[in-house]
Amino acid sequence: MIKVDHEPILLDVRGATKRFGAVRALKGVDISIAPGEVHVILGQNGAGKSTLIKMLAGVHTPDEGTITWNGNAVTISNPVAALELGIATMYQELDVVDGLTIAENIYLGHEMATGGFSNQSRANKSATELLNRLGHGSLSPTREVGSLSPANKQIVSMARALSRNAQLIVMDEPSAVLDSEEVKNLFRVVNELTAAGVAVVYISHRLEEIREIGDRITVIKDGRTTANGLPVADTSTNELIRLMTGRDIDNVFPARVPIPADAPVVLAVENLTLRGVFDRVDLSVRAGEIVGLAGLVGSGRSEILEAIYGARKPSTGTVTISGKPVVRGSVADAVKHGMGLSPEERKSQGLLLDQPIFTNVTLSSFDRFARFGFLNENAERAAAREQIEALELRPADSDNPAGSLSGGNQQKILLARWLVHGTTVLLLDEPTRGVDAGARAEIYALIRRLAAAGTAIVVVSSEIEEVLGLADRVLVIADGHLLTTTEATKISEHDVLDLVMKGSAA
Amino acid sequence: MSEQPTVPSAEPTSPATESNEVVAPSSRSWLSRVLSSSAGRNLGLVIALLVLFAIGALTAGERFTNFDNILTIVRFASIIGVLSIGMTFVIIGGGIDLSVGSVMGLASVISTLTVIQSLAEQTSWIVMVVVAIGVGTLAGIINGIVISYGNVVAFMATLSMLVAARGLAEIFSNRSTQIVRSQDFIEAFRADFLSVPVLIWIFIVVAALGWVLLNRTTFGRRTVAIGGNREAARLAGIKVKRHTVYLYALSGLTAGIAGVMMLGRTTAGTSTHGTLYELDVIAAVVVGGTLLIGGRGTIVGTVFGVLIFATLTNVFTQNNLNTSVQDVTKGVIIVLAVLLQQRFAARNKR
Repeated sequence: MIKVDHEPILLDVRGATKRFGAVRALKGVDISIAPGEVHVILGQNGAGKSTLIKMLAGVHTPDEGTITWNGNAVTISNPVAALELGIATMYQELDVVDGLTIAENIYLGHEMATGGFSNQSRANKSATELLNRLGHGSLSPTREVGSLSPANKQIVSMARALSRNAQLIVMDEPSAVLDSEEVKNLFRVVNELTAAGVAVVYISHRLEEIREIGDRITVIKDGRTTANGLPVADTSTNELIRLMTGRDIDNVFPARVPIPADAPVVLAVENLTLRGVFDRVDLSVRAGEIVGLAGLVGSGRSEILEAIYGARKPSTGTVTISGKPVVRGSVADAVKHGMGLSPEERKSQGLLLDQPIFTNVTLSSFDRFARFGFLNENAERAAAREQIEALELRPADSDNPAGSLSGGNQQKILLARWLVHGTTVLLLDEPTRGVDAGARAEIYALIRRLAAAGTAIVVVSSEIEEVLGLADRVLVIADGHLLTTTEATKISEHDVLDLVMKGSAA
Repeated sequence: MSEQPTVPSAEPTSPATESNEVVAPSSRSWLSRVLSSSAGRNLGLVIALLVLFAIGALTAGERFTNFDNILTIVRFASIIGVLSIGMTFVIIGGGIDLSVGSVMGLASVISTLTVIQSLAEQTSWIVMVVVAIGVGTLAGIINGIVISYGNVVAFMATLSMLVAARGLAEIFSNRSTQIVRSQDFIEAFRADFLSVPVLIWIFIVVAALGWVLLNRTTFGRRTVAIGGNREAARLAGIKVKRHTVYLYALSGLTAGIAGVMMLGRTTAGTSTHGTLYELDVIAAVVVGGTLLIGGRGTIVGTVFGVLIFATLTNVFTQNNLNTSVQDVTKGVIIVLAVLLQQRFAARNKR
């Protein structure tokens, strides 16, 4: 930990904690930001970065801990309070309004007005000044924001921050939507801002970028600060990755089961392309095999899964199951051929939260229990109960609404759904998101049991550790391209991160 | 194991959806649990109806409580009632159908065109029934296709149908009233069966079939699944678009039946039949406890919703109160019902 005593501190957060229900998102975060520096926050998905920056933006208030701003203790109780202090946040999903002009967006919420009437010409003029400052004087302030590129929308968002006289601008993965030329311009703008004394909190996964733009780094892991204000220049990449991932790997993953040499290829994907998202992905999974897709958010891993399943219509490419082609872009056909998907967002994409467990379990197979269109709920309940017992789902009442269960048990509902349906190919997107540690081990064991019984399984997870621990074979993906395919035991988490960070720096 | 972090991997963007807690069922009081169960919510409707009856009996006495008046209430309710059954399916499925009233008018006009009536005279009055139901169903299928495959918002698609069907009805009828010539038709719909008018029987049969369809068939299950979580239904392999077309077709079908009932009641087809009915229908369905966001609703609730409004109208009429007061009361009831719904929905959201 490096103290920079001689420098003034703009923002100082000490011991911030935050819990959402039973989930402790932050367990004690310290961060200290000096004026005019680019301070990088590094951490894996779920480490608590978003919660931290939302705390600075006034979206969440900390349960414990202190925030000091320019030497004064403050509470940032809402977004307006944050802006008034001088903290502006640029979210990943840019919060610009497409239907308004650039000037209207910049002055959104603090419109330039005389006697209640908006003063457009004055707004346009000062908007141009701000755009000039950002090196984008050529953008007309009267242009509609919807017609701008993501890079230019970012400029608008930055101009808005400047219009509020922000002393601290938080940028959440600003480079994720930019190409390399645009990233260069972003860096130029950031350098100008810091030269003028504005501090920038910069969040990115791309280590090369961090090296180029960052002054100091704070690393967060599992809701705690593991390193506070490390100078970028003196810290090795190895050290950073160790700080980000250095958790003890428990023995939670089930032992791998050797795949018989004659196990047939069940799922074959050839040349699958979704224009603009991923390109020419080949993939084959044998019966009993678990294949993992490793990559960062936005690498295209979930989209690949959804395209295989038909939930997105691929531009080109074929998907076959046991040699039979599946109609492109048809979920119903995929399901008919024995494919099942457990989607990324369990609640919004997977479950009917209001409905009882058993109808959720039979959601893709209730037709089979019906005769002439008439449901047989008792048969459905019986089939669901069988799985509830086999998967040790709790509470075990098949008539409880799905929404009343914990994350782990909700995940079991989805697995039960495909067990009742009887799938030969199971696609699992983030199977343990929002699942606590104990239930995770159970779900891993379940997935392995399914594979051992001959199901071909594809797993996507933002936790590289999970992909490596669970899968037999790993495909590393960055920016919609397959970088490498390897046996899971022959690659480390460190190697994967190294690969994707280099690969996506494009 | 104790070293394993308890934080889930997801970024907790929204605390409500990331909560990892098992909610203890005992945390809610007995009363609130009963009231939020489906039987409990229907109980509320029963109480509301009984209160209205009590008011009617107290203010109008025997004029209100006699059997003929009760039949009048239900007969008055029957046409709106049939439309409401179809609407219940559409709304549970996550949609809305604003066109039912004008489609019903169109069905009444087309089935009383000279050419259809002549054909009916040569064969049977059933021809008129078939034509009316066919017109309604066809309009519903068009609604469904535009919504499902054209990706037009249901509100706009059915609003267009509302306007277009009314216009078509005016063109076909030349804005004149087309008298039903078949006496057999008129007799058939004027008749009583077991001293209950045929119109009421139609409502009873449609409601019963609707109940079976919603609660006992794969069709009903798909409807609830699609309305409850469209994406989850799609990813489970349900053909969401196709089913959505069926839902609007069903609503159109009930509009066709309602058109026939209207012909039976008024013995004439005109382009103005069913004007503004869509509002009464939606109000009845919502008051009956069907969530406007879809995924939850009951046929029994809808029937109560329909009866509550019909009884209300009757109580006002019996007391010679003007319709303006009645409309204000209706508005208040609708708002109260929606407020209750929202509290209920908020409590169930996790």
